[in-house]
Amino acid sequence: MGRALTVIHALGLMLVVFSLSYLLPVLTSLIYHDGTQTIFLLAMLWTAGSGFLLWLLTRRYKGELSIRHGYLLVVAMWTAMPAVATLPLLLVINGLSFTDAYFETMSGITTTGATVLTGLDNLPPAINIWRHELNWLGGMGIIVLAVAILPLLGIGGRQLFKAETPGPMKDSALTPRITETARNLWLVYAGITLACIVSLKLAGMNWLDAICHAFAAMGLGGFSTHDASVGYFNSPAIEFVLIVFMLLAAMNFATHFLALRGRSLRIYLHDAEAVATVSLVLGSCVGIGAFLWWQGTYPSFWTALRHASFNLVSMATDCGFASVDFNQWPIFAPLWMLFLSSIAASSGSTGGGIKMIRTLVLVKQAGREFLKLLHPAAINPMKIGGQVVANNIVFAVLGFIFLYFISIATLTFVLLISGLDFISSFSAVIACINNAGPGLGVVGPASNFGVLTDFQTWVCTLAMLIGRLEIFTVLILFTPQFWRR
Amino acid sequence: MKILILGAGQVGSTVAESLVNEANDITVVDADAEKLRVLQDRLDLRTVVGNAAHPSTLEQAGIADADMLLAVTQSDEVNLVACKLAASLYNTPTRIARIRSTDYLNREEVFSADNFCVDFSICPEQILTEYITKLIEFPEALQVLEFAEGKVSLVAVRAFEGGPLLGKPLSFLRTHMPQVEARVAAIFRKDRPLIPEGGTVIEEGDEIFFIADTHNIRRVLKEMRRMDKPAKRVMIVGGGNIGKRLAKALERDYQVKLIEFNKKACEKLAGELTNTLVLHGDCTDEKLLQQEHVEEVDVFCALTNDDENNIMSALLAKQIGARKVLALINRSAYVGLVQGGKIDIALSPAHVTIGSLLAYVRRGDVAAVHSLRRGAAEALELVAHGDRQSSQVVGRRINEIDLPRGATIGAIVRGKQVVIAHHDTLIEAEDHVIVFVIDKKMIRKVEKLFQVNLGFF
Repeated sequence: MGRALTVIHALGLMLVVFSLSYLLPVLTSLIYHDGTQTIFLLAMLWTAGSGFLLWLLTRRYKGELSIRHGYLLVVAMWTAMPAVATLPLLLVINGLSFTDAYFETMSGITTTGATVLTGLDNLPPAINIWRHELNWLGGMGIIVLAVAILPLLGIGGRQLFKAETPGPMKDSALTPRITETARNLWLVYAGITLACIVSLKLAGMNWLDAICHAFAAMGLGGFSTHDASVGYFNSPAIEFVLIVFMLLAAMNFATHFLALRGRSLRIYLHDAEAVATVSLVLGSCVGIGAFLWWQGTYPSFWTALRHASFNLVSMATDCGFASVDFNQWPIFAPLWMLFLSSIAASSGSTGGGIKMIRTLVLVKQAGREFLKLLHPAAINPMKIGGQVVANNIVFAVLGFIFLYFISIATLTFVLLISGLDFISSFSAVIACINNAGPGLGVVGPASNFGVLTDFQTWVCTLAMLIGRLEIFTVLILFTPQFWRR
Repeated sequence: MKILILGAGQVGSTVAESLVNEANDITVVDADAEKLRVLQDRLDLRTVVGNAAHPSTLEQAGIADADMLLAVTQSDEVNLVACKLAASLYNTPTRIARIRSTDYLNREEVFSADNFCVDFSICPEQILTEYITKLIEFPEALQVLEFAEGKVSLVAVRAFEGGPLLGKPLSFLRTHMPQVEARVAAIFRKDRPLIPEGGTVIEEGDEIFFIADTHNIRRVLKEMRRMDKPAKRVMIVGGGNIGKRLAKALERDYQVKLIEFNKKACEKLAGELTNTLVLHGDCTDEKLLQQEHVEEVDVFCALTNDDENNIMSALLAKQIGARKVLALINRSAYVGLVQGGKIDIALSPAHVTIGSLLAYVRRGDVAAVHSLRRGAAEALELVAHGDRQSSQVVGRRINEIDLPRGATIGAIVRGKQVVIAHHDTLIEAEDHVIVFVIDKKMIRKVEKLFQVNLGFF
């Protein structure tokens, strides 16, 4: 029990800090006079107050956080923050159930971007900016979690590049201290976001839309201020800007940091993940574009390429914007996009799924098995980007991928039992566990997750949480060993 | 000359042996008294036991009046520190260090006068690697040695059936290939030297040394023996310093397999090499060699630290069907025993690398030295200075030069131009002259010939 209380103590502090994030919607509300500022101020006070109370009540249990505390704290943060963040939504939107509000905020903080709300265009600007800010904060949180904290707990894909191997990509090349590393990454994240806002404004959005979509693109969340998502703008320039920034967000932010510090684009070529992500996604764009043109979905190749590129990049990077209803495309194309959403994003990015680094490990492991059959005496360590990956990490990756598929299968079955059709269940689980956004079928880009029953909504909420926290972090709490002393 | 040698390992003792025979005062320093005792029993030199990087040891070894310091211990750092001390404290004129680590070698400023004061750095492993790489590039040759930054090569080849020159006098070479110039510098028949003349008839089994422009090697080789396809598959045994470097140098152009006995070392090698298949196992394990298809290997290189293992695995590979096998052999007694038998090439690392050191020890302006036939013969690249008055070679035709019998001028490099020597070729100042000497005893005479009379200064 003492362990849980120590974590609650830290959580209380986190909530007080989190309450500061209400300042942005308050500001927005004052600018646009949408009358929600009192509600946001109320939510802010409530969050800060409850956080302070938790902190005060448990101050006797203040102590060093161990690795076990770390797992508990991370999961507690990612469940408590969406819970308190529902407050403004519940107060402003009439008839919204807590289930749906929690799904919405969880979708925001896990940067999934699936929504249960309709009539987004008519929501008060402060509410929209709040949803998008959750996307952005979730992205920021996950970068630091993945680059700075998960490696300490031994889960993140990034532990593959620990200090023992030389090369430009090792983590120790960033900064010696976690806090310093985190601050640098946030600066990079904020800097790129700023560039995105300005680019979107120049491409023709108004300031509010530019800020909201930049937040959603950088967090790879995919919330939009319009029901028609990015299709509302129908502008190739906006789509192009978003494609560029979604790809940037799907790369490791540590790589961006190194490239900025070294003022050299060559760093990207040394990052095996970035190279694989970009070449796989861009290659798929051309392939799907050609496929849609060949199938006659669009009359000209260039239109096909435009729509294929935007929606494919958006799905593959786990962002989740849509510009057309790709549910209507021949089934190969959307399924391929869902497949990419599972594997394409880099570790240390804001994307989800199993991450490109694990995909590379899997592919190379298959190659190693072949070589072992041909040359039984061969010593063939796995190398990614010229660096040796230790065997125990390969096993950890295999274990992760096993759990990933088991989770997808189990949750799909649960949704099937609840009465959803196969394509909708399967695609909803994949879209949620990868934090991508829209699925296919009834949860496709033309509709949203509002059609689901409460039970189905909770299943999807759970999928988003375990997908975002790299499965192990959540599931470990359900093992008896974790609670044993 | 008073020479101080630090380190009595492979390189140190071979250099000492070679230099003692040329009437130098040698002092050898090593931390291992046993090694020094063995050396002193055999050779006429002085030994000092101690840490070669300590000033007290160096002083005891007489660094104060030494003309040259050869720092060839196992440790790069000891060698660097010794050179620095020699320069700063004792003003030793010439300082040569053996440096293995590419980290140092890639940064020349480390060796500059402001830093570690190394006049020349040598890396025996690198020299050996380059030597073997050449042999793999020309699988028919026994030896390929370069002069004048690679413009001219001295190639040793065994005359073999299928060569048009076989059974013909040497002068036939000129009429058969008028456009390609080459000069036969020496012929060894049943290990005895012949002085090549126009009428000398080449027999099967002769070991022929010829000098030619590097671009023409393949065409000249074709005259001496039947040519095979160029090598593609290389198997290396032993992943030590040499094996690793060789694999690195070859892995882009050849299919390389490397067998190493130590599993830990295997894993490290596999991490560092990108295109080489690293195999864990015993190099004398017939099953492993068969399983890895040694019969399809073009060049098999046995490069472990153990002479016997190298010989046995090379024999085994040849037996199974490897095209050309090469064994690294440290003991000079074994080299003579093995060379020319089933093993195509027996490599003595000390003799391959010693040339680069000898070039600094020689009198006169010597640009390169290659030791041949286990140290019995030598090829030198000398630079001619002065004019007709002060020099005995400049301004003279080759047949006017008083060369000792058994020494041949093979080629002259003038700027970028390569001139293959004829009896009437005129030598000019600053020419690089490549001289082949079949007996080491004549070296002193050749050096003297190229020294400039004091009147020049």
